[in-house]
Amino acid sequence: MEVKPPVPQVPPPVWSEFKDLQEWEKYHQSRPSDDKTSNALASIADAIHHMPGGWIVTTSTDKIFNWARKSSIWPVTFGLACCAIEMMATFASRFDVERFGMVPWASPRHSDLMIVSGTVTIKMAPMLKRIYDQMPDPKWVVSMGSCANSGGPFRHGYHVVKGVDRVVPVDVYVPGCPPTPDSLMYGLLKLQAQVEEFQKTGKRGAASDPGGA
Amino acid sequence: MTAADARARIQERFGVDAVADGGLGVTLPRDRWQEFARFAHDELGCRYFNWLSAVDWQDQGLEVLCRLENLDAPLVVAMRTRLPAGQTRCPSLTSLYRGANWMERECYDMFGIVFEGHPDLRRILLSDDWEGYPLRKDYAVDTPLAPYR
Repeated sequence: MEVKPPVPQVPPPVWSEFKDLQEWEKYHQSRPSDDKTSNALASIADAIHHMPGGWIVTTSTDKIFNWARKSSIWPVTFGLACCAIEMMATFASRFDVERFGMVPWASPRHSDLMIVSGTVTIKMAPMLKRIYDQMPDPKWVVSMGSCANSGGPFRHGYHVVKGVDRVVPVDVYVPGCPPTPDSLMYGLLKLQAQVEEFQKTGKRGAASDPGGA
Repeated sequence: MTAADARARIQERFGVDAVADGGLGVTLPRDRWQEFARFAHDELGCRYFNWLSAVDWQDQGLEVLCRLENLDAPLVVAMRTRLPAGQTRCPSLTSLYRGANWMERECYDMFGIVFEGHPDLRRILLSDDWEGYPLRKDYAVDTPLAPYR
């Protein structure tokens, strides 16, 4: 059996590798100097910033953006194991998270939230990371169930990632094996509360304990 | 073909006393592995390859087990062979049973048993760059494995 040596490739830095949003913006603020539209927009933003009391405008836009973000969190349709059944039940009509503006969307490129529902195996982890990297910023991750939190009953197996937070940064941990739709909904509401606090400093809300509420 | 019939024929041909326990359990030396499978296939009518697996007996070597069935009779033959300690080579049954292909690949994946004569012996469940064979007793489960463990 011949094993090919891996081709070394340097991926562009992703959201989780940046310290905060400023650093991320600095990285992404490289545009050609002859782009007239962006230059005009930038000068307008600059003027607002330097106007007396202009910060009121920017902070209240933050509030509006956060309100919009929190009331239209689209989770990517992504189920890994038995927890996915409970996740589907949460999306279905009985529990109906659509009233919170959550539409399960079948593309990571349009989604804001990834619910990791189930055991993450070492073979699956790179794919999960890839889906996470495909999602546009800002994005959130809910770790659902014992397996995704810590490896759960399979923690000492040879093939299980001991907690999905070793692969992607997690915002809310939902305990349970599997969590009922009610607990997942509680976690999603916790996430909404965190998103409401989302600051332009890029600081995320403190992740809730895996054990307690 | 009844079980007693089959048992007598196995005794006559291979000189092994088959243990009648539900089916027939036959313990074979490694070099008669393929020969017995051919015998079971052609003469006992065991056309159905049920499963193949292995047991790690640590310092007493690996044991390969395989279950063949004659669904018409019905007759079950469980054959087993012990590989000497430290050895991982075993004849392949893929030339007789197509179903043995993936079973032997899995057995290679989990125990590192090299089936001689297998057309495509590579890992089937674990990724290609996996190190070690996880169902061996000496496989350390909690060793750190980059990048996720």
